Formats: sequence, structure tokens, C-alpha cells
Amino acid sequence: MIPAEFDYVAPTSLDEALSALREGGEDAKILAGGHSLLPLMKLRLAAPTLLVDLAGVPGLTGIERDDGGWRIGAMTPHIAMERETDLGLASVVARTIADPQVRHRGTIGGSLAHGDPASDQLAILLAYEGSVVIRGESGEREVPAAELFHDYLTTAVADGEVLTEVRLPALEGYAHGYEKFNRRQEDWAMVAVGALVKKGADGSCEDVRVGLTHMSSVPLRATAVEEALRGRPLDAGSIAAAAEHAADGTEPPADLNASADYKRHLARVLCRRALETAAAA
Amino acid sequence: MTAVEQPATQKWVGQGLRRKEDPRMITGRGRYVDDMTLPGMLYMAVVRSPEAHAKIVSIDTAGALALQGVHAVIVGEDLELASGVPMAWVPPGVEVKTPEHWPLAKGEVKYVGQGVAVVVGDDKYAVVDAAEQVLVEYDPLPVVVDPEKALAAGSPLVHEEFGTNLTHEWSIGGGDMDAAWSEADVVVERRIVNHRTAGAPIEPRVCIADYRAGQLDLHLTSQNPHLIRLFMAGELGMSEDSIRVIAPDVGGGFGVKISHYPEEILATWASKATGRPVKWTETRSEHMSSTIHGRDQIDYVKVGAKRDGTITGLECTAIADLGAFYTLLTPFIPCFTGFVISGCYKIPNLNFVAKGVFTNKMATDATRGAGRPEATHLIEVMIEQLAHELEMDPLELRRKNFIAKEDFPAEVAIGIVYDSGDYHGSLDKLLTHVDLDAFRREQAELRERGVYRGIGFSTWMEICGLAPSRAVGPTGVGLQAGFFESSLVRVHATGSATVYSGTAPHGQGLDTSFAQIVADRLGITPDQVDVMHGDTGTGPWGLGTYGSRSLAVGGESIARSTAKVVEKAKQIAAHQLEAAPEDIELADGKFAVKGSPEKGLTLAEIAGAAYVTMDMPEGMEPGLEETTFYDPENFVFPFGAHACIVDVDAETGKIDIVRYVCVDDCGPAINPKLIDGQIHGGITHAIGQVLYERVHYDDDGQLVTGTFVDYALPSAADVPSFETDRTETPSPVNSLGVKGVGEAGTIAASPAILNSVIDALRPLGVEFLNMPLSPQHVWSQIQLAAGRDVPADPGKQGGSWDEHGSGSAGSGPTSPSEGGGL
Repeated sequence: MIPAEFDYVAPTSLDEALSALREGGEDAKILAGGHSLLPLMKLRLAAPTLLVDLAGVPGLTGIERDDGGWRIGAMTPHIAMERETDLGLASVVARTIADPQVRHRGTIGGSLAHGDPASDQLAILLAYEGSVVIRGESGEREVPAAELFHDYLTTAVADGEVLTEVRLPALEGYAHGYEKFNRRQEDWAMVAVGALVKKGADGSCEDVRVGLTHMSSVPLRATAVEEALRGRPLDAGSIAAAAEHAADGTEPPADLNASADYKRHLARVLCRRALETAAAA
Repeated sequence: MTAVEQPATQKWVGQGLRRKEDPRMITGRGRYVDDMTLPGMLYMAVVRSPEAHAKIVSIDTAGALALQGVHAVIVGEDLELASGVPMAWVPPGVEVKTPEHWPLAKGEVKYVGQGVAVVVGDDKYAVVDAAEQVLVEYDPLPVVVDPEKALAAGSPLVHEEFGTNLTHEWSIGGGDMDAAWSEADVVVERRIVNHRTAGAPIEPRVCIADYRAGQLDLHLTSQNPHLIRLFMAGELGMSEDSIRVIAPDVGGGFGVKISHYPEEILATWASKATGRPVKWTETRSEHMSSTIHGRDQIDYVKVGAKRDGTITGLECTAIADLGAFYTLLTPFIPCFTGFVISGCYKIPNLNFVAKGVFTNKMATDATRGAGRPEATHLIEVMIEQLAHELEMDPLELRRKNFIAKEDFPAEVAIGIVYDSGDYHGSLDKLLTHVDLDAFRREQAELRERGVYRGIGFSTWMEICGLAPSRAVGPTGVGLQAGFFESSLVRVHATGSATVYSGTAPHGQGLDTSFAQIVADRLGITPDQVDVMHGDTGTGPWGLGTYGSRSLAVGGESIARSTAKVVEKAKQIAAHQLEAAPEDIELADGKFAVKGSPEKGLTLAEIAGAAYVTMDMPEGMEPGLEETTFYDPENFVFPFGAHACIVDVDAETGKIDIVRYVCVDDCGPAINPKLIDGQIHGGITHAIGQVLYERVHYDDDGQLVTGTFVDYALPSAADVPSFETDRTETPSPVNSLGVKGVGEAGTIAASPAILNSVIDALRPLGVEFLNMPLSPQHVWSQIQLAAGRDVPADPGKQGGSWDEHGSGSAGSGPTSPSEGGGL
């Protein structure tokens, strides 16, 4: 429970932070809320030599609505998203993260940049078809969610870069459902399914997006479910038939509490329930 | 029993006062061992084995010693101790194979987390870095993790010198088992698993050893500092008077702080070697690997009954996984299951056999309930299994076999005499809170809609108030100590009081309940009573806090010392008021002649006289304090009735506790708020075991649950709001009438929860389940009952957790010989 020795800097601007990261090299790590990094350091599973704390960098927190979308500062804590209920699904999901202490400290940017497939908001960003803004010393780029998650704990955020902002489309007219399965309230998701459903004028499914949490080394879209439901009536039969595809092509990591097959089963059950909730909204 | 006079009025006893301890605790002004820094203090870190079983080929300490600030690296061969880590059970007539247990491994490691070396240095961070530089080369040996495989021929041996992994066999029984089975119309057999759990108090273990000029001060997170002093004296060849053990505020124990651990010996050795105080603070991961675990018992149970429900006999063989070494009570704990094997019932024929087994794991020892939760679990699960076989209402079956209220004191077939009880009464009261007919109607309606709701019960009793010496001590079951409790009640010259107790409370709130007892008897307020404990440098020798003993033994001792003080106070008052002592009574805070309250003396006036020595009876010693060493005649026997209602999500296996209702009886309440607190915490412990917690080793003996991410301790968000009620049946054993309550909730609750889940799932064909009820496990059992294949459950590696085919069929092999192995 005692980390290896490390240096700590608290820059007061993004440029300062970027130069500190460059000087720190590949063993420098960004400290956001610290709720993933610090436990890993205390268990000595991670031993960065330098922590660059973003807490003092201005302009990285806050949730703003502009022309049809949301801009969320990377250092915005989960609790702020929980309270911004107009975010819809992303707000509902934020409320399920761990416990109040974690939600007050943990940040959306830290969670996405860390890339843990058991974390809640990763698959949600995929389902929204949102994006993130990444700053490096050479400039800024916007990376769509579909290109952000490369592998377990590996994202498009390179060494020396900072994820600064999260962008979500407003998704007017979409209803949502979220089903998270874990043993304890505070646990990471064993499996979670987030569904966004747009009902057409005739009551059929005009559009549907389904995000899967912890069904692979990266978050996933359940594209087979989406294809099976899009354009179909939003009745129990269609939903159940579509949800049967929830685990198609997935390679869920087994752990102490769940085998891969059990997780696939859970994904199908939770997908059906999430779609039912969204369809009934 | 000596008659102890009761106070004429009870002003404070019975009130749900807030805890005296809380203001300092909740404002951060408690003082725990880790809060202390002594001048010149060094820090210690332990190098632990990553291997479950291996020869130590070499230990290279040079790299660690070369680091700045490192003062010493100590390995097993460096220690010269008169004896190792103690185990205190010598059962008459039973041989217990007892391995040498040194504070650091010598030549071989036998479980993951065993200490191999310690590093001592200036800074608590630097010693952890230095510990990583101690290079140990291991040569792995075969590992055995499953206790039933460990008993099979050809198993790897944990201790080669014994030629077997069987540590001992101990039995208790009564009646005639052949008669039990020949008289039975129905016999039910089950293999009931009570898996390994951790105590996991919020404060891990910490010690500071300060050895100066032949004198040792040891600050320690302990439930029994006096015993630790005794052991330390033996190991170090010191006399007891030169050792002082201090347990200041202790942040919970749940039994794991009873034992004497290697680290307090090592810190002392390091302090002696360096001439500086040495502190060691356990990390949570160390706590999971190297502090004792609890339970870990596989019970092969057989119960027989006549067609009308009359139980003819019960037999249990317990396979107890003891781990690789013993701590203080390790091999004794399963025996406690045997003491309670009759439960609340008249069972004429009983037999209980405990078989201890060495495995390559951390030792098991006492955690909350220590053997008794295992007993209640197996009895109360079997009662409901039997009721189903008999097609009888499980509550009717219980009522038919309960020991009747008028039969107390009641001797059960194993020879233990239950002091008091009213088992029908507590069940009746429980059913005033739970409308069973309404529940069954609701259950049927919900099933129509695919909602699986169930109800389960536990009517429990237990044996606690650890004492009496004649039953528990060397000539009884063989624990090598007396089991009395001491107290000293000192009234100061100004009329307030300090109480020294030999108990060592660590979160129970006993400072408050003890003060309530004393305040009523002396005519003062609880605020005027300070309670001291946990320091061998003050007050008389004491036995500590465990086994739900502190109130029933320690509290009674305090009541007796207080009565002696009152006796002396009355003599002083009588002298001053020119009356006979027997005519003096305490009323409204004054010692006065009966019928003349206006001329009474306060305790402050009497104490003033006793210390200033004015106007005292001729020849009376000055001062106003008394000591008692109280050794009761019998244990005490709390009991109660619990009901749990759950919903099971049949599609996923997840369980939701809808209601938890209980009626408990621990005699007259000293402080009902504290009782509720203990019951809430106790049930939560059981919910943790049934639904969430399991100390899990894989097949290679690696500890998989080394953090709270994997060891699923429930939080407040995971438990229901408890509905508690009480009955009050006084124990005849002590003058307060009290029985222990610290372990009651844990002892009671697990079968109620398990039975409720089985009740919920019976329509799906599930007739029996073993803990822990993880979602995948429950879901798998539902699939099996429906005749479907299920994927392998990764949670089942490394131990005998399976239902052995009894999940869907409700039967299955149930003797260790037939059912052994996976």
C-alpha cells in the first residue's frame, strides 16, 4: 500500500503540463482523479516516476451545451455528469459509478484515457458516437469514439498527450436504458449494456445504438443487435430476438466471478432489459 | 452463585445512551497504534513468500542492507527464541499434530504470505523499497489446497514429518446413533460447505515495540493484551513484570486480533537489535494473506426423524481446513461447532467429529462466532431440508422439537446444560412481524409473474460468555488458561469513579454499557464513570474481549466490584448517620437511612470521608475501591429467531434481500442501541459470507482475493434495513441476567438467508445450495435443475465448493469417504 518513489508536479497551464510530460518521458503519468492510477501505484502494479497533476490546469472542467451537442471538460468529475440530467443516458450511467466518494474525485477524461473496459462511460461514448479532443505539443485533434480504444488500458492518447474534452451529440428524440450487473453496488461492471433507441413516427425502431461494457478487452458496440432491431417494431418479440445477438463475436474476459459463457448470457439478458426500458420510455 | 444485590432503581441501565467513546472517534481524536510516533522510531516491512510451498534455497540481503537508511535485515535463522508462535489448546486424550511455528520461515515456506525476512529502517517508505531488494530463491514443492484432497492417499504433505495432513480428530456426542437411524422414518444427508472468510476489521494490525534497558513496551492492536504479555515473556525469556502491552483504541477485531502474531515478536526482536522503537503497520493486502481467516469447514451432516417430525438423531463430520500453521486457537475452533450441535432442539442422539487438515494456506482461527455460525448453519439448513422431506411446515418441525421453556435449565445429549431459553416465545414474536399466510399468498402471485420470492428462517441459540474456567480451561476442553474476568472499581475522593476492566473492548461500546451499570449502583451518572482497559500496566490481569464474554463475564465482575464498594460506602454512611449498615439504602443519589432520605450522604461525601479519613468506622481502611476476579458457573445461552425474505433474479442468479426481521434474546438490555448495533453488524457479517465474501486460493495456492476489489466485503448499499426486536429472558448465571450479543447476528443469520433462496427457487427444481451464493453459482444451479448444461464456474477453482451433485437432486453423496474429492 506504499507506492514506489515518484516526483509530482502541479502545472497551472496546459502548455506547462505538456512540457512536464515531455520532460518526464514515457514514465510520466497524468494524474486526474487518481481513482485508477493511485491504487495501481499503491499495489506497485504501476510505478511512474513523475505524476503531472491536472487539478490546477484551468479550463478542463465543466459541462456546456452548444449547437446540438455537449462539451464536457476532461477533469469534470462523475458527480457533475450525474447532476446534469439533461445528458440523458450519460447522466444515468454516471450515477451508477462506484460510490459517492469516487464520483466526486473520479473524472470522465481520466476514465476514458485509462481505457479500462470495465468502466461505465467507455461503451456509452461509443453508443453516443461521441468523440474526444486530445492535445499534444504539436496541436489538437478530435478522435471519434470508434477510434479511441485500442486494447486493454490502451487508447489513442499517446505519451505526452492530454485528453482535454469529451464531446457528445445531444441525440434529440432518443430514449435510453442502462443495465449494469455487478456483485456489489460499488463494483466495476461484470457486464453492462447501455441502449439508445429512437422511435419512428409509426412506433418502430428508427435508430438504435447499444454499448457493451466488459465484454472484451475494449468497449464494444453490439452492432448485430442494432442491425436486427433497426426498422423493426419495438415490441417484446423483436427486442428479445435482437437481444439474442448481444454477445455475437465477443470475447469477454473471465474472472473470479464470471466465466466467459456466463457473461455472454448476461449480455443477452441485460441487452433485452435495456432495450425494453428504452422502448417503454 | 453468590447473591449480588441489585440497585433499587435502574436509571441508566436499559437506556439507549449514545456511546461515550464516539465524540473522540468521530472527531478524529481517537488514538490508534498507527497514530503514535515514538522518539527515534524505526519502521519494519516484512518480506513475504510468493510461493505456497517451496524450499528456500537462498536469501540475499546484501542489496537491501546497502540501501541508505536500512538498519537491519532479519531472517529466520537470526532469531533465537525460547518458543514460537503459541497455540493454546491441549485437549485431554487427543493428540494434535502441532508443527513448530516460528515468526519467520526456516528453510521452507508453506503458504503465500508467510514471512521470510524483515527489513528495519528509518522511513516507512524506504523499508518497503528495501524489502523488494531482499532476493529469495525458492525451489517449489507440491501444493495442496483442497482439504479433502489433502486427506486422500498420495496427497502432497504440508508437513513431511507428520506423514499425513490430518492434524487431529476430536469428537463429542451422546445417546446411541444406531438407535437414531433405526428409529428414523426419514434420513436426510447433505454436504454443507462453510467457506473461508476474512475478519477484515477497518483497522489492520499494527504494533510498536519499544525495548529499553530490559523493559519492553508493546503498543498493539490486540483483543487481549494480558495474554500477549504472557506469551512474549515466554518466547523472549523475559519476566512478565518487564513487559507492558498496551492496546489503545482498537479499530475492530472480529476475532482476528485475539491471536499472537509473528510481527509483534519480530518488531520486538528488531527493537532489541537496534536499540530503537520499531513500528510495523499491516497493509490491507498483508491483512488478507497473513492475518487469520475464519470458517473453512465442510460438514457431512445426517439427520433422522420419525414421520411425525420427532428428530431421532443428528450426526456431523466436519472437515476443517486449518491452513499450514496454527495460531492461538486454530485446531480448537471446529470443536465449538460440536458444542452447539444440538441447536434449540431436543435431539436424543448426537455425534460430532471434527477432523483438522493441513493445507498450504494461512491459518484459520476465531472470527466472529468461531465455529458456532457453522453449527447454526448446518442445523438450520438441515431442519428446512428435513421439513421438505417430511412435507411438513419448517416452523412446525422446529416447534415440535424445541426444548420447552419450562424444561430449562436443560441438559442436551452432549452433556451441556443450557441455562435459559424460550424458543417458542421468540419464534412467536417473530411471526407478529412477519405475516406468513400473507407472504405465501404474495409469493404465489409473484411466481405467476416470474418473480421468485422466498422466505427462510433460522431459530438459533449459541453458547457464549467465554468462561467458565472449569469447562473451558485445562481440565475442561483443554484451553491453557483460566477464563474469569477481573475488575477494579475505584471511587475517587470527589465521588466520580474509574473502572479498570480486564476485557479489551475494540468497538463494542463497552465503555458506555459498563458506565451505565456502575452509575446505577453508585448513584452517579455514566459521565462520572471512566472505563479503562487494554493496558497491562494498569489494573489487574484480564482475559480480554472475544467469545461474547465482555458483558456477561467482565460486566458481572464490575457489578460485583461495585457492590463491594457500595457495601463499604454503606458502612461509612451508617457510621456517620448513627444507623446500622443494613438500614442504609441508596435512593436518588444518596445513601440514607430507610425512611429518612432527607439526611442522606452523597457518594462524594462518603468518598471524601474515606480519603481524608474523617469520621470513618473504627479500624476501617481508608480509600474506596474494590477488585473482583469473577469466574462464572456456566456459559450463557442467547437465542432468537430470524426471517429473511429474498427475491432471486432467475435469469441472472442475483439475489436481493427484501426484508430481514429478527427477534433476539440476550437477557435484560443494558443499552438497546448497542445491542441493535451488534445485531446489525453481525447480520451484515453473515450476509457478507452468504452472498459476497470468500477468501479464495487457486489450485496453485495463490491467494486470488488479496484486495477489497476481489474480496467482496459488502457496503451499506448492499444490505437491507434491518427490523430488530427483542425478548428478554434473564440468564440465571449472572446477577445482570445478561448474555453476549456480539456474535449473535453472525451466528444466526446465514441459514435464514440460504433457506430463503432455496425457498424462492424450489419451483425451478433447486432443492439445496451451498454458500457463497454468487450470481453465477445460483444461475448455474437453476440451469442444472432444469437439466441444462452450464459453463464451468471460475469461482470453483481451488476448493471444495461444489454441491457434489446435490444441487438439483437434493441428495447426493454425504459421507466424507464416498464424497471426498472433486
